[in-house]
Amino acid sequence: MGIRPVAISVDTPGVSKGLCQRRGYTFTFLSDPQAEVIRRYDLLHRGAGVKGHDIARPAEFLVDSSGTVRWINLTEDVRVRARPEQMIDAAKALQ
Amino acid sequence: MKRRLNWSVWAGFLVSVLAFVSYFLFFAQFPVTRDFPWVNFLLFGAAAVLLVVGLQRAFGRASSYRGKVSGPILATLSAVILGFFCFGVFVESRQLPTADHAPRVGQKAPPFSLLDTNRRSESLSELLSSPIDASSAPQRGPKGVLLIFYRGSW
Repeated sequence: MGIRPVAISVDTPGVSKGLCQRRGYTFTFLSDPQAEVIRRYDLLHRGAGVKGHDIARPAEFLVDSSGTVRWINLTEDVRVRARPEQMIDAAKALQ
Repeated sequence: MKRRLNWSVWAGFLVSVLAFVSYFLFFAQFPVTRDFPWVNFLLFGAAAVLLVVGLQRAFGRASSYRGKVSGPILATLSAVILGFFCFGVFVESRQLPTADHAPRVGQKAPPFSLLDTNRRSESLSELLSSPIDASSAPQRGPKGVLLIFYRGSW
């Protein structure tokens, strides 16, 4: 489809590497341990992590090749995330 | 005559426990059973039926069944488990910040540069311009990048 998935969380590169190896993920995982980028995207969920660490609230953004946001999914429930078919439909709309 | 074990109240309680833990251990893995936990509510329903049958035996046919003490205790515990489950599913998991200032459709995605799992720095502009599959020709960037922010394992 020509869409690059990129996962971002406060996990360290080592933790993410372990996750990728266990689950067989081959796409890019980025580490934002100080939640700087998460803050820049206004996605900080204060104190929601283990021992009160700040983490990211779940969110998905589709960005086109010009860097413009073309689709967003901001869930209101941590259990409910974007479904693959929603993301594929959004990606198809880009082409 | 020795009164019989009231297995129905015990089974009801065990099914309640199963209804609770199976969500987190199993059914939460699949969107179709995670987004609305219908399988777990069916299990709680089955537990309720078993508990009602057990309580009817304990109190209605007390001469042949045990469970006058264990029945109400196990039924109460099951109700507490259901309460915790509903709280977790309908209240706690919706305690999310609103993200009012998150980038909107049509806006530029804020630039960033972060380390990947090999501790190599990757910027949004690189992710938007470098080919996804380096071996394939022609060497073009992707049509887009899907940024997936997730809670992580901290």
